Amino acid sequence: MREQDIICEQNKVYSKSRILTDATMHYCPGCSHGVVHKLIAETIEEMGLQQRTIGVSPVGCAVFAYNYLDIDMAEAAHGRAPAVATAIKRLAPDKVVFTYQGDGDLSAIGTGEAIHACNRGESIVMFYINNAIYGMTGGQMAPTTLCGMKTATSPDGRDPKLHGYPYKIAEMLALLDGVCYVTRQTVASVTHIRRAKRAIRCAFENALAGRGVSFVEIVATCNSGWKMSPVAANKWLVENMLPFYPLGDIKNVKEE
Amino acid sequence: MTKIKGAVVIQTEQCKGCGLCVEACVSNVLTMSVNVNSRGYTYCLALNPELCIGCASCAVVCPDSCITVYRQKEESRRDEE
Repeated sequence: MREQDIICEQNKVYSKSRILTDATMHYCPGCSHGVVHKLIAETIEEMGLQQRTIGVSPVGCAVFAYNYLDIDMAEAAHGRAPAVATAIKRLAPDKVVFTYQGDGDLSAIGTGEAIHACNRGESIVMFYINNAIYGMTGGQMAPTTLCGMKTATSPDGRDPKLHGYPYKIAEMLALLDGVCYVTRQTVASVTHIRRAKRAIRCAFENALAGRGVSFVEIVATCNSGWKMSPVAANKWLVENMLPFYPLGDIKNVKEE
Repeated sequence: MTKIKGAVVIQTEQCKGCGLCVEACVSNVLTMSVNVNSRGYTYCLALNPELCIGCASCAVVCPDSCITVYRQKEESRRDEE
């Protein structure tokens, strides 16, 4: 049997989601953002929500997410995506609204907006990409940077006495009553990606059912900021990030 | 001739050469090119296409969605035998 005989429409098992545009992403080679965009696009396509979904993109590397996802999107000021998403959801309650934020956006400048949107229990989905560094601005230390991790602004490694401790905002938000689902996933391997996709689907289902905020943290790589190859960065993530940021569902009201 | 069960089609112009697909491939089908595409990136190539089992791991990990995977269905393979 020749290869050409296999390549036909009926044998297709995996192809690019129709929700992703043909624009080439500006992300660095091997960046986790590409994978997460893809998972969101696939979930929206499978659930048939293209016409009903409105995304809010952040300030950070994912600022141009509206160029890559073929859905309605809004661009928020730095850290204010949950506030914008609240407004959209209240004005158009039948829409599925999600925010897509990095750790600099959600857990640094936008902590207040994130906490209050969660406390109000808006039925939105919040995606939180935690790569423990400020990737867009050149690899500076973030609140989520691990102790001892070297960045542009902590060249000797993060010292908790000087810089404070890294924090887990997912666990903090899980305490709030307005939050129905908090999970932490990663996209470092095929298995992890498949699990992350299930979590993203669960989050969208919660938003459709109006249960409250669904918070999906994705522990991600920033191979440029970490000064590693994409393959080495994924390995480093599994060995160093996951012990501090353990994976799994932190809160799931539906199951309790 | 070795029976092919799967096949990959790679958009080499979209590829940024991160190498995650080569790492994810369980059958050693893929490798990185020596040449570069028009944007200056090396790209992934199917070096041993006959080994492909169509598991789609390479496509799942690809951040730029440049791999399409095909797999021959079980029943249609049996028909040919």
